[in-house]
Order: sequence, then structure tokens, then C-alpha cells
Amino acid sequence: MHRWVLRALGLSYLGVLLAAPVGLVFWRTFEHGVGPAWDAVTTPAAKHAFVVTITIAAIAVPANTIFGVICALAIVRRRFPGKGILNALVDLPLALSPVVVGLAFLLLYGRNGWFGSWLTEHGVQIVFALPGMILVTIFVSLPFVVREVVPVLHEIGTEQEQAAATLGASGFQTFRRVTLPAIRWAVGYGVVLTTARALGEFGAVSVVSGHVVGKTETMTLHVEESYQSFDYVGAYAASVVLALLAISTLLAMSLFKPKEEIR
Amino acid sequence: MGLATAYLSLIVLLPLAALVWHAGKAGRSGFWEAVSDPQAVSALKLTLAVSAVVCLVNAVMGTVVAWILVRDRFPGQGVVNAIIDLPFALPTIVAGLTLLALYGPNGPVGVNVAFSRTAVFLALLFVTLPFVIRTVQPVLLELDRDMEEAAASLGAGPLLTFRHIVFPNVFPAILSGVALAFARAIGEFGAVVLISGNLPFKTEVASVFIFGQIESGDAPGAAAVSVVILFISFAVLLAIGALRRLTTRHDRA
Amino acid sequence: MAIVGRDLTKRFGSFTALDDVSIEVAAGSLTALLGPSGSGKSTLLRVIAGLERPETGTVELDGIDVSGHAAQKRGVGFVFQHYAAFKHMTVRENVSFGLKVRKRPRDEIRRRVDELLELVQLAGWSDHYPAQLSGGQRQRMALARALAVEPKVLLLDEPFGALDARVRKELRGWLRRLHDEMHVTTIFVTHDQEEAMEIADQIVLMNHGRVEQVGGPRELYEEPANEFVMSFVGPVNRFGESFVRPHDLELRIEPNGETTAGKVERIIHLGFEVRVELQLEDGRDCWAQVTREEAEQLELAPGGKIFVRPRREKIFQS
Repeated sequence: MHRWVLRALGLSYLGVLLAAPVGLVFWRTFEHGVGPAWDAVTTPAAKHAFVVTITIAAIAVPANTIFGVICALAIVRRRFPGKGILNALVDLPLALSPVVVGLAFLLLYGRNGWFGSWLTEHGVQIVFALPGMILVTIFVSLPFVVREVVPVLHEIGTEQEQAAATLGASGFQTFRRVTLPAIRWAVGYGVVLTTARALGEFGAVSVVSGHVVGKTETMTLHVEESYQSFDYVGAYAASVVLALLAISTLLAMSLFKPKEEIR
Repeated sequence: MGLATAYLSLIVLLPLAALVWHAGKAGRSGFWEAVSDPQAVSALKLTLAVSAVVCLVNAVMGTVVAWILVRDRFPGQGVVNAIIDLPFALPTIVAGLTLLALYGPNGPVGVNVAFSRTAVFLALLFVTLPFVIRTVQPVLLELDRDMEEAAASLGAGPLLTFRHIVFPNVFPAILSGVALAFARAIGEFGAVVLISGNLPFKTEVASVFIFGQIESGDAPGAAAVSVVILFISFAVLLAIGALRRLTTRHDRA
Repeated sequence: MAIVGRDLTKRFGSFTALDDVSIEVAAGSLTALLGPSGSGKSTLLRVIAGLERPETGTVELDGIDVSGHAAQKRGVGFVFQHYAAFKHMTVRENVSFGLKVRKRPRDEIRRRVDELLELVQLAGWSDHYPAQLSGGQRQRMALARALAVEPKVLLLDEPFGALDARVRKELRGWLRRLHDEMHVTTIFVTHDQEEAMEIADQIVLMNHGRVEQVGGPRELYEEPANEFVMSFVGPVNRFGESFVRPHDLELRIEPNGETTAGKVERIIHLGFEVRVELQLEDGRDCWAQVTREEAEQLELAPGGKIFVRPRREKIFQS
């Protein structure tokens, strides 16, 4: 009997908080037909925002993937002083408010920031431009690949790599043929999480972008901008695009996820 | 190796160092002034209070949902399990918008919580939904059912068994989830910014306040308040971590 | 407390774990449920305990039909193969759990737990956690915990299966002595026929969800009901329709009209016993068990010729 109570409680909680709101946005978007929605999402501003978002992700994700694997290998396979600090640092982006992240980057690369004068002298624009947005996105999506790969590296142990060494494989060969295949699902999952985070970043890029419509707007910023300018269809349509990307991410997550959570 | 450290320093350490430095730039009095600003204090109090309540709700409901996903069997269970991750995957601004669509003005159910503290609560609840569920699930899966059967054979009913056997073993995982949820909630921006209306002294959360300070050019002030939040967050996480270690001491042989 | 199970059937999906099984256990006895994996012995035990509900059939404890009762209400003590220790509680808290559930007064609980810990030789360990105990100690704690509530029936599911051989043998004898002292009706499940033969009053041998034979150790060994029982309970040589125990194979240097000729393949010395592997002239392989003296007398050597006669053989009607 109590089984039914729990089931009802849990499912209605999820329905009210999760399913209903998301479902409604889809409905609202196509309420007046696909036409207006499509128009709203193919305005120059919207298209540009899409390109900006994809560009940022296309740089941040590979960077964090490569770094993530290297860092994971360093954490698991090497001894060095300050390893604990490295570990904590990697986790730090998860604990920080995105606005604070944006602020920190402003204070580093902005006009009055530490590197401010040096950058202005050399005519390099980081904040209020694409490079700054890329940097903060890298920051906030940093931990995922590392965190997914570290436990797997721990689990597979060094025996296979040692076996490869005794058979004559060089460091790089061992990595390519033994280590990488063993961690590829973890890397895949980490990449999916990183991508989701990069595509969805809002607070940090909001601080750092300067909100120049058609130039430094990501899709997420575009959603806010549309809403504030009462272009509700535009906001919902852009949201639907992002939601569809999110759902694809969810599907990818289900595929790559370590198959444990449901028996 | 050195590569990793260089990358990390550039991306993580330096910006943080700059933040802390700027927070102190106006000196002790400047720092104190920024931090004791009534609007700042109000934002901090609201943020901490709502985050705490959200964590409490998550502790309970997260366990319930984890339970029905692990111990129950119903059609569509796989789908439910997958959509739990939606708040991870969905951009926060979109999350805020969806909540606004349903529970704001023009919402189909006639409920309007926009521009109220309830709105803040809802938004934070949404984005922290997965945390406790995902930390509790694996523990529930691993839990030795034998222990529950042993308790039954010794005469304990389902409620007693939950209280004395299941809960103590799941509690550390709940704490981990709550820690993650708390850190996320106090820093949340995108989900809150549309639905709460950001009314100072009423529905303005700390991150929105900081954003406002940045826009009005008071970077050191914003930095000061940021440092305070960081500090509180750090202290809470340490406390939860200590509590967690306390409740798992039986695992260390 | 006598236990009677009638016509019990239990299925898991398409797999039939118990197929119309009936069982009777005398009060105060020590019974073994013996059989290979998948024979249904654990399932039968769990059905008696109330941890599984059978599709058909009834369970009676002391004449009362408890088929509708949940495990909580049956008054059975259950000991699990992997201890099922409450890992977040100390040894003392583990053992007192059943008494706390029954809301016994605190000093009564304390007294009883101290008594039991003495009995199972864990007196100094009451404030330790299960993680700090060895496997054997954990199982003794589990026993104390089950006995604390004075169950009318004690059920043990492969209680020594997770322990290493030496500890297993020790605890096995210890269980028998405990039973002799306490006289609680006890059923234990095992796949180890040596264990069952050594300590049980009565053995219920199961296979594929059915009871093959019920009887004392000697009865099962000397009067097996069928081929399965005979080969499960001891080593066996098969000659066409008949079955012969290795120690019932007489070895002679000279034929005597009743013998078959054979060749010694291998001689294995296992302390007191000597195992002689043979190949008979018709190509069949078998082995005989003789004492050291007999082996010496026969002057056995590999490749040597030998004559074989079964002293006793069993033939089963199909």
C-alpha cells in the first residue's frame, strides 16, 4: 500500500516541477503554428546567437576534453606535492556562482583588471567580446571530463598498462591502445556533460559579454533579451531550440552513462 | 603535467586571485561598507534562507524519488530516470522561463507566483532537483537487502526497518547531495532572474545583487559580497563534510 | 516446535524453484537441507521463514498455519550466508535489535546480550563495528542476534558458505554443540554433503526443486533411493546398471571367478587412504579406495595387472 503512496508522491512532484513546465513551453511555442515559431528563430539576431553559442562550445569542449584527460592521468597516475589542491581546484567551478565567475574574469581581463592595461596597449579585447565568453565557458565546464575519468582510471588499475610496457609499447602507444579504449565511455559521458554546460551557460557570459545584440549574444542571452523586449514567441522559440539540444544531451547521457542506476 | 597546472592556473586560479584582491582593494572599511549595505544583507539573508529550505525539501523528496526509481517497478521508469537529469542539461534561463510560463501571469493553471519569494523557491528547487536523487540512488542500489530481511525476521515492520536500517545507511549520501544542492542554490542566477522580478529587499538573491553592482560599476563592492558568499559556502560545505565523515565512521575497519 | 510444509510450489518467472515440496521437521532436531545450487533448498528455507510467498502450499509451525503471516510474525530466527550484519551498528546494538523492537526493558536487554555474547565468545567485542570483525566473528554475532529473541525455530542459509575451510569446520562443530545445549528446532541449508553428514540428525536431499530423499546420514549413504542421492552423498563408480562405492571394490592379485581384470593406472596416497585409479579390460575407468596396509599387501604399481570384484552394488529401478 505504501508503495502506491510513494509512487504517487514522487511522480507528482516530478510532474509539477519538471514535466509540466517544460511541456508547456513546447506548447506555447507552437500555439500559433510552426510558422511564427520558425520565423522567430530565424531572425538575424537569433541565427547569430546560435552561431556564437556553437562557436564557443566548439572551442570549450575539445579544450576541456584534452585537458580533462591529461589532468585525470596526472591525478591518478602520478605523485606530486599539492595533488590534493589540484583536485580541489578542479572541483571549484562547480561550487561558484556563474555571476561571480564572470566578475572574476572581468577583474582579470577587464579595463581596470590586472591585465587590463597590458591588453588595451596591445589592442586585444577579451571581455565584452568572444574570447572572454569562451574563457568563462571553459571555466564553468572544466570539471566534468576530469571527474568522470578519474574513478574509471582508478578502477582499471595499472596492470594492463604495465603489461603493455613489458610487451614493448611506448608511453604514447600504451595510451592510445590500452588506456584510451578503457576510458572512452567515461570520456564520452564527460564530453556530453561538458557540452550541455557550455551550451547552457548564462550567468557568467551575461556578465562578460556586454550584451551587444547580433555580436556578443549567445542563445541563452538571446532568450533573456527577447523576453525583456516582450518578444515572447521569440523567447519561447529559442528556448525550444535549447530544450531540444538539452533533450538530445539527455539521450546521449542515457547512452553513455554507466549502466547502474536502474536495475 | 606542467601543462595541466599551467592551464588550471590560467583559467581557475588567476581569476579567483583577482577577485579576492579586488575585494580588498577598498581597504577594510570599504569592504565592510559594501558587505553591510542593507540591500546586500537582505539579498544574502534571502539567498541563504531559501537555499536552506530548498535543501530540506530536496532531502526528503529526493530520497522519495530515488526510492521509487530503485525499489519500485512501473512502466516508463526508464524515461523518468532520464528526465531527472533535465535540470543538468537545460540552460538555467530556459528553466526559469518554463517555470514562468506555467506558474506566472498567463499561466494555464491560474497560479501566479511571479515576483514573489515562492518564485525564488521554485526556481532553486528546479535546478537542484537531481542532486540528492543522484547521490542516493547508487547507495540504495548497493544496499544489502539481507539487512532488511534480517530486521524483518527479528520482528521489525517496514517503518522500523526504514528508520533503523535503511535511513542510517542512506543519510551520508543525502548529506552529499544536500551539499551539492546548497552550493548550486546559493549561486543560482539564470533560473531566478526572470521569475523573481529581482525586487530589492524582497526577491533579490545574492547573485542578482552582485550582477547589479557590476552593472553600476561598483566592481570592488561586488567582489566583496562575492567573497562573503564564497566564505559562507565554504564553511557550510566543510560542516556538511564533517557531519558526513561522522556518520560513516562505522565503515572504517 | 515441529515444522510441516505441504505441497509447496514457488516460481520465479518461468523458473520453478520448488515443485510440490512437502517436508516434516521434528521439534528440537537439527535438519540439513542439502543439494546442489538451484535445487531449491534456500527457497524452501525462505518460504518457511516467510521471506518468500509460495504459489501454493502451506507452512505450519507447531500446528499453527502461518502461511498468511509475514516474516515479522513467525518467530523464526534467520541467519544469512553473508551475515546481513547491521553495519552501522555496534555488535551490542546488532544483538539487541530484536529485543529493542519488542520494547524489552533496558537492563533485561543488557543482561541477555551479555549472556549471548559470552555464549558465542564475543564478550570483548561488544563496542566494535562489524567491519572490524572477521567473517567467523560476524557469523557468530549474527547467530547471537537471531537467538536473542528466543526464536522457536532457527533457520540458517548456508551459514558457513562465505568462510574459509578451517573456520567452516570449526563453526560447524560449534553449531552442533550449541544445538545440543539449546535444543531449538534448527534447519540449515548447505551444498556441502560432508557438512550435512557430520552434524545433522536428518537430511533432506533436494534436486531441481524436488525432495529426492529424507533420512539420517547413514540411511542416505547406505540406502540411497536413486542414482542422484547415491552420487551426491558419496563417491561412486558406475558399471552399466549398477553403482559401486570405491571402498566396496575389492582388489585381488589372483582372479576368483567373480572378478574382472584390470590395469592399475595411477596410485594416489592421501594419508591413511590410498586411491587406486584403474582401467578395466572392457575399457571402463573406475577407482578403488583401499587402506595403506591393503595397498602395501597387494604391492600395487602403475601398469600392474589387478582383479576387481564389487562387494556391494546397487541397482536402481528406473
